[in-house]
Amino acid sequence: MSSVEETDAPAASRQGQAKATESPWATAFRKLRRDRAAIVALAVLVAIVVVCLMAPLYARHVAMTDPFVTNLNGTVMIAGEERPVLEPSTTGLGLGLTPIGPTWEFGPFMLGADNQGRDVAARMLYGGRNSLFIAFASTLLCLVLATLVGTTAGFFGGISDTILSRILDVLWAFPIFLLAISLSIVLLNQTLTIGPWRITSGSLALPIFIIGIVYVPYVARPIRGHVQTLMGAEFVTAAVGLGASPWRILIKDILPNVVPRIVVFVPLILALSMIIESALSFLSIGVQPPGASWGTIIQDGQGLLYSRPAVALVPGIAIAVTVLALNILGDGVRDALDPKSAMRIG
Amino acid sequence: MARHFCSEIPHMRNKQTTGAVPAHGLSGPITIHSYTARKAHRYLQGSRAVCERRVRHSRCSELPLLALTGHDNEAAPGKNARRTHINRGMGMKNRTSFAALTSGIALAVFATAAPAGAQGTPGGTLRLLAKAAAGTIDPHINYTLQYFQINYILYDGLVTFKKAGDETGFDVVADLAETLPEPEDGGKTYTFQLRKGLKFADGSDVTPEDVLASFQRIFKVSGPTAGTFYNGIVGADECLAAPADCTLDGGVVIDEEAFTITINLTEPDGEFLQKIAIPHAAILPAETPIKDMGTEPVPGTGPYMIESYNPNERLKMVRNPHFEEWSAEAQPAGYPDEIDYDFGLTEEAAVTAIQNGQADWMFDPPPPDRLAEIGTTYADQASVHPLTAMWYAPMNTNLAPFDDVRVRQAVNYAIDRSAVVKLFGGSNLAQPACQILPPGFPSYEPYCPYTAGGGDTWSAPDMEKAKALVAESGTAGQEVTIIAEDNTVSRAIGVYLQDVLNELGYEAKVQAISQNIQFTYIQNTNNNVQISISQWFQDYPSPSNFLQVLFSCASFNPGSDASVNISGFCDESIDAKMAEAASLTLTDPEKSAELWTEVDKAVTDAAPAAVLFTPKRVDFISSRVKNFTFSPQFYWIMSQSWVE
Repeated sequence: MSSVEETDAPAASRQGQAKATESPWATAFRKLRRDRAAIVALAVLVAIVVVCLMAPLYARHVAMTDPFVTNLNGTVMIAGEERPVLEPSTTGLGLGLTPIGPTWEFGPFMLGADNQGRDVAARMLYGGRNSLFIAFASTLLCLVLATLVGTTAGFFGGISDTILSRILDVLWAFPIFLLAISLSIVLLNQTLTIGPWRITSGSLALPIFIIGIVYVPYVARPIRGHVQTLMGAEFVTAAVGLGASPWRILIKDILPNVVPRIVVFVPLILALSMIIESALSFLSIGVQPPGASWGTIIQDGQGLLYSRPAVALVPGIAIAVTVLALNILGDGVRDALDPKSAMRIG
Repeated sequence: MARHFCSEIPHMRNKQTTGAVPAHGLSGPITIHSYTARKAHRYLQGSRAVCERRVRHSRCSELPLLALTGHDNEAAPGKNARRTHINRGMGMKNRTSFAALTSGIALAVFATAAPAGAQGTPGGTLRLLAKAAAGTIDPHINYTLQYFQINYILYDGLVTFKKAGDETGFDVVADLAETLPEPEDGGKTYTFQLRKGLKFADGSDVTPEDVLASFQRIFKVSGPTAGTFYNGIVGADECLAAPADCTLDGGVVIDEEAFTITINLTEPDGEFLQKIAIPHAAILPAETPIKDMGTEPVPGTGPYMIESYNPNERLKMVRNPHFEEWSAEAQPAGYPDEIDYDFGLTEEAAVTAIQNGQADWMFDPPPPDRLAEIGTTYADQASVHPLTAMWYAPMNTNLAPFDDVRVRQAVNYAIDRSAVVKLFGGSNLAQPACQILPPGFPSYEPYCPYTAGGGDTWSAPDMEKAKALVAESGTAGQEVTIIAEDNTVSRAIGVYLQDVLNELGYEAKVQAISQNIQFTYIQNTNNNVQISISQWFQDYPSPSNFLQVLFSCASFNPGSDASVNISGFCDESIDAKMAEAASLTLTDPEKSAELWTEVDKAVTDAAPAAVLFTPKRVDFISSRVKNFTFSPQFYWIMSQSWVE
């Protein structure tokens, strides 16, 4: 035992030296790798993204269908039997048509058809692309704007802080869905122009813009508070004492310390964006037909809940899994970047 | 009923009767329906045996009882399916020309109607469900099918549509008036003799003064049809210009002593009696405030009155203590003691509530995914009724690319109407159509120039011809936006149309907007709507209610939310023919009917819209509702059903 201890002592010492010299990011990454739940969540997310990116391949070679074209008169071979994709009721009063259900086989209509006779599995993959794209894009927009606003308000203080804080208050108080519905109606026959961007009613930019803007206060306020705290830190006081310019202090001293906090927000805002995007699309404000997102597929499945629940359940589960994974990853990232948790682990 | 709020009503009701009468229903003066009833009885004897063998159906014991009703829609599903193709809708002026068509139909329809002398048990409470309330309960203002249906049993006009479960439901009969007046002065004057001894629900007498005040009120509260249905009354122009000062001087003249009301029109109007038979011309107490009454009940003369109304919860109707039946065909006494109309349940929940016996009927159509279940497991509680209505896609004749008739015709050729019917629920719930007038409507004559292979009825799309027309027009590649309603069926049809337009070479997109605003949005030319999905349901059975209302120059009001000529279609020669047809309604009904048929064909050829299909209505009732009577005009006459 003692020899082992003797042998391990220098190794531990080297490890301690390595820890002392590695960057905070490397430490955080090392801690994240040790968080099994976060790694599993990350793997799930990567898998979802990869599978969604393969949507065209799936539609062409597996589903063998165009998931954006109605297929009301289509038929499909199942167990050697040709069946209509929309099966009419032939008993009783003969009311209604029921889309074909999940075959649970890796081929056409694995998850069944929707009320337009379209392959749900193929639409799920395309829908995932749109949902994820909107979530990532709106998160990026939100974080950029929030960082700008939060840092400016916290760093400059005074009148800038007052004005920006009140704007954030107003923005945070505005109901997101009312804003979304109003914009979608206004844009029906008009175009919203923001600088070089033109947003039309059916554009994906609309949900991105709405989500990105509305969650700015959610991120900007903590950043502002953090910047105000940093402004009183010794290293900032030292920088001021050394005659550093405000911009240098902002860029070299403040921002690097704000970034870990922003990183923590990434999975959280992504998760929120996913949910809001689904809700907006469900309300016909987000992705427009024949495009798909997980929200629009749930909307399509709402009318089939009783006969073909898979149409609504599958995208619902996909959203739940993705959001859960993002939240677990978010927890892991927060723990990894949290100095207090470092103290606990260390 | 026109389209008003009908966005919430993808398919509306139509006729048919179901329900049971006691066993002595067969021992009475059975005429036509006895044969049907006996056939049904035999069928159900077999059905009951099957039912009991399976030991699943808790209502097996009811089957023989149902057999005695004479309602073979409950008895024999197969036969019911055939009946759904029966077309009715005879307007009173043109029935002669449809005699041949209806002779066979009438037998079948009558066979399904409530048996004459049906004996019900008064009492009990009818529990109705709707997803949402339909706004104000002011009968002069509310323009929704949902409340038209109850206003018919709450209020009366001088005349009304006969409350009958057969094609005579389209007939106008005297209501508060003693008799139907004969038109005088070439159709410009109508004199009504008001019945004496009638009372409002508040106990006050019905007098000619109330009639005058009611007609004035239509204008004073700016009723939605004041400018369209009642603008022909002398003095109406002044009333429309200054509603608050409306007197209808010279237009509605009353004689307090003789108890008469004389209505003078500026021009002969053969449809005037139909126009005053709808609830907008209900007679209310003269003291009724000149404002939208909102949730405040207004006393009426019908067998029921509103006791309370909370749009977020319930509309409660109870018996009118002052009601005494004066005309069984105009306003028969009701069976239930109370009718509760509850709001807020989704369609899914409503279906389940009816299945469980917690509610008796739902206003909204059953959701598509419950139809198969309703049509099989609950077939004896469901009935399907063809409607005098249409689903259509109005195309803006003043906006590219639809300002070119070839493009509009191309769309008509390209649409696979059988596919659209599938989106609505299948061939038992809709019938492909490509002309304006619905089957069975006055002046209807099968006509379809947009079908592959020719013929009078639509059989298949002709995409080749459609593409050729688009190529001729040189409009391919243009952007087209389809405005649909934000509900399952409308959105699905919009997406289908998008596919069709894309295949024709356009860059189409669909925008589904809230059904609360879609109808007004697509009417307003300022919104530059190119093509949309809409529906039209008759107000009264006259071809003008489709052709003139939807496609005349007068119905096109640029920049207004109330421009029901959504296509902006205005053809002077067709307009002149419509005017001629309307003017001949009284003097030469047959010629008028012929002209309307010509107008129907001319409008169809000009293709301001692509008519998609004629919808049918599924009514789903609880097992305790008996004598379900379906009028083509009122749909379910709820006062005539009883509960067990």
